[in-house]
Amino acid sequence: MTMHSGRGFAAINYPIGMNLGGDPSQALVHSNPDGKFTVALSSIDLGQGMKSVTRQIAAETLGIPVADVYVDTADSDTGPHCMGSFASRGTHRVGNAVIEAATEARGVMLEAAAEELEVNPEDLVTDGKGNIHVRGAPSRSITTAEACGVAQFQQGKTVSGRGIFLIPLSDVDPDTGEMTPVSCFAHAALVVDLEVDDMTGEVTVLKMNSAYEVGRALNPRLVEQQLIGGAWMGVSHALYETTEPYYPDRSHGPQDFGSYIMPGPGEVVPHDIAILERPAPDGPFGGKGPGEMCANPVLPAVANAVFNAVGVRITDLPITPEKILRGIKANGGAQPQGIV
Amino acid sequence: MAKKPIQFQLNGSSKSVFVEEGQNLLEVLRREVGDLTPKLGCAQGACGSCTVLIDGEQIVSCLTLAETVEGASVETAAGLANGPTLHALQEAFMDGFAAQCGFCTPGMLVSAKALLDKNPSPSRGDVIEAISGNLCRCTGYEPIIDAILAAAGNGHNSAGRYSGSGRQS
Amino acid sequence: MIEFRKDIFADERDDNLNEIGKPTRRQDILGHVTGRSPFYDDHQFEGLLHLKCLRSPHHHARIRSIDTKPAEQMPGVHRIIQGSDVKVNLNTLLSLMNFGEDDEPVLSDKKVSYVGEPILAVVAETERQAFDAIAKIRVDYEVLPHVLDPEEALQPNAPLVNETMPGNAFPYHEKYNHQKLRFGDVEAAFAQADHIVEDRYQMSPIEQAPIEMCGAIAAPETNDRFVCYTSTQALFFSLGTAAKVLDVPSNRLHFIGGTVGGGFGGKVDSLHEPLAILGCMLTGRAVRYAFDRQEEMQVGAPRGAERWYIKDAVMNDGRITARKFTGYFDVGAYTRLSSYAIIKAAGHLPGPYTIPNVYADIYCVYTNRTPATAMRGFGITGVDFAIESHMDQIAHKLGMNPIELRLINSYMDGDMKAHRREAKNTALVECMQVAAEKSGWNIAPDFKAMSSHNGGEGWRSEIPHTVTDTNGQIGNGVPASTVRPATTSIPAYVPSQNPSYAAPPAQPARPVSPPTPQSNVQATPTAPPQASAPASSSTPKRPRVSRFSSISGTRRR
Repeated sequence: MTMHSGRGFAAINYPIGMNLGGDPSQALVHSNPDGKFTVALSSIDLGQGMKSVTRQIAAETLGIPVADVYVDTADSDTGPHCMGSFASRGTHRVGNAVIEAATEARGVMLEAAAEELEVNPEDLVTDGKGNIHVRGAPSRSITTAEACGVAQFQQGKTVSGRGIFLIPLSDVDPDTGEMTPVSCFAHAALVVDLEVDDMTGEVTVLKMNSAYEVGRALNPRLVEQQLIGGAWMGVSHALYETTEPYYPDRSHGPQDFGSYIMPGPGEVVPHDIAILERPAPDGPFGGKGPGEMCANPVLPAVANAVFNAVGVRITDLPITPEKILRGIKANGGAQPQGIV
Repeated sequence: MAKKPIQFQLNGSSKSVFVEEGQNLLEVLRREVGDLTPKLGCAQGACGSCTVLIDGEQIVSCLTLAETVEGASVETAAGLANGPTLHALQEAFMDGFAAQCGFCTPGMLVSAKALLDKNPSPSRGDVIEAISGNLCRCTGYEPIIDAILAAAGNGHNSAGRYSGSGRQS
Repeated sequence: MIEFRKDIFADERDDNLNEIGKPTRRQDILGHVTGRSPFYDDHQFEGLLHLKCLRSPHHHARIRSIDTKPAEQMPGVHRIIQGSDVKVNLNTLLSLMNFGEDDEPVLSDKKVSYVGEPILAVVAETERQAFDAIAKIRVDYEVLPHVLDPEEALQPNAPLVNETMPGNAFPYHEKYNHQKLRFGDVEAAFAQADHIVEDRYQMSPIEQAPIEMCGAIAAPETNDRFVCYTSTQALFFSLGTAAKVLDVPSNRLHFIGGTVGGGFGGKVDSLHEPLAILGCMLTGRAVRYAFDRQEEMQVGAPRGAERWYIKDAVMNDGRITARKFTGYFDVGAYTRLSSYAIIKAAGHLPGPYTIPNVYADIYCVYTNRTPATAMRGFGITGVDFAIESHMDQIAHKLGMNPIELRLINSYMDGDMKAHRREAKNTALVECMQVAAEKSGWNIAPDFKAMSSHNGGEGWRSEIPHTVTDTNGQIGNGVPASTVRPATTSIPAYVPSQNPSYAAPPAQPARPVSPPTPQSNVQATPTAPPQASAPASSSTPKRPRVSRFSSISGTRRR
């Protein structure tokens, strides 16, 4: 038995959102009289952090602290229409809708403040801490809470806003495939180091080094969650997961987590990540949406590293010990490709 | 079907319920007692989201007959906090971004509590073993392991992994 | 360890924002660590009933008769729901976006097309009672021949899986039995290549496996409305689907969700909400319909299998001059979302590289297996595995550094993509440079100095002369090969006659080619060979029907 080290690389880009557009999302924003805002969405938080990232987007746009915003998802009686949380569309599509809604609400809040301060609304700025003041004259100020209060109790204005984001539906030329898909791409490159046991065919992933370009990390810890968890899923897809182990034969399909295998806490792969941010022109504050693409480079990088380790090219996922051993046997033994 | 009365302690308070023969503890906790913190993730004893402690031992409640907890002390994630004061594990999970969808979190916390109750200074390997019966599909486990170590005051703080100020080169 | 490379693209960002870019705690984190986050199943109802389905044991069978009488007498049974109880018992998810044709019954009581397909539903006081009643139902099946391999399903004599989809292929743009991508002239480039590298790649079906299983609870609400708590990833998708198949106005439905225990694409299909609401309508009680884990694994739609054939023309200096794809998405018995994902895949090709000649035929193929649906990276993950494995095979053949090979071919700002739009806001080069640096994988100084800003020069920004064809035409059209005038005057790409190119070596030891697709739709039997090249302009011109069609194969609501 010999352990063979292998190293593999892969690079990818990823289209953000339903690629042909035609997938609107809406947002409604309104303030209580004390300047606390609610963002109403029918979008879904399934762990990716929809509530949290739209909260930060709304706070940034309104010019108020994040603590002054609460995001409510998803009740069809109160949240306006949204296509849903899939296709990496949440941050991009919903985020833009929230910006539009929050911008309108901010406009009303500043108008109310301007009336109180007897200045033009264009001359007002927010400090992000709950104050509105005249540009260049911080002493001439009013709190966002006061502005929202006078708007509703004295001026008769709703401090609210509506937002929708829609990339219009693109056509597709049936003959050439000409189309206008997606508006932005995220990117990634990843190096996998692993070992292959040439007696058992077992693969142990030792280390991942990666670079992910996400437009802008709107919340760096949420991005980290996606990238760490997504790359873990990539390892799982590459080496373990299938509902049909003898595809296209349907037999021996797993029925439980005993036979549907995923790596557990004992198989965590150390993963060093560099995050690059090239803001997307049409993304909310440049954000692109890292949720889906994070797994994609791992699968081929593992396949390439296995080839590097033992000279067996697996083109059929998942890369099971059985396939590796059959490949080694067909080649008359392991054929390490050497250090790259 | 015959109903059977049972009494047990749930997070320190006494509960008396009628259970059906063959009914599992998870269903009784959720539907009869109203403690919704144990989650139904597989009903096969494999995912660990229904994990509870019975007299301090980690148990998957979906495969436990309810009538067997007669007279026992049952702990769930609902009992972790002391009133408004969160358990150190809960604080560490919050600080360490150790939950995404949150569905496995209560079971994960219960397994971690079982560990720390017995071993206040666990190694990384101890933590891994303690949560090896709890599946998580979102996080890749690493933030969870780090958070449990942080709660034990024994590992590097998971927040320390993060060089948020960026690198100048 | 996470590091932020703020030095890269620094001049394109304002990093001085108040809330954006801050590691703020999740809004929902306190609920998660206290176990109070309200998932759909955490809502309690008095007298809750449970719905379970009788499922097909066969890959493919006609149903001669169903005898439900013994089940009706079983304890706890409140209602047996049949296909005839569903007002609009044929649907396709993307009809809400005006895409595709209704092809899937909610309850299939005439014919079943995969193992696990729901035939009818039983509503009982407990799940156990529902299962006990289901065991008493007698179904007389006429077992039909089935097909499980997508390439076999496209053969002329293959069993018809889905009666809405003749030839077992989704009809694209009412015109072809596959989605085409044509850019330049791959055959001409193959003829002049130093190397041809080809292989076949197979993506496995994969379960999304969120820890929370899919389900919904429906209950009567005041004023003749129904409330539905659901694990859906797409609230209005599910609401719209329920409104459509149950034929109720959308404002009689009140959907609540938004806190979901993971999804990864597996909670878009909206299978549970309509039946739970229908059960509620028929019994007047709250009804819960949820998958168990076994159903999640074998009945709930997985990421579908994909098979990709790639053939590349490669020059000795590492340039890829042509890339040809044949892709088969095995979508199972019904369309769900796969037809759309294939267009996404077509727009993604040839991956993040600038290749002057690109060709793809992608088939959405019906087989007698569990319908496939979305999963993290839908339409992209499978072909990225193929592309990036293939890039390494090329590097191996040329004896090149695989990162340098990718950098030679990397797309950059200003390059023309195969779907005829300019690449912008690219960052592949920088990602590769940083990953190489982090891992200590050496690349030459010229490659370290590259930048995504420097694309778009010369041919890279041009649309080449393009050879088109009518292979796989649906209906009575006469197949013909045509040359479409390029939108610029730039001639088709010709690999440079650099004398340093060595003679082409032997063909790969294991070339795997896709079979010529069999046109089993009503096309003329004299289907032309695949894109003969160079195409002759003397071939008969096909009348242009329209510049663009809708994205849908067929527009129908």
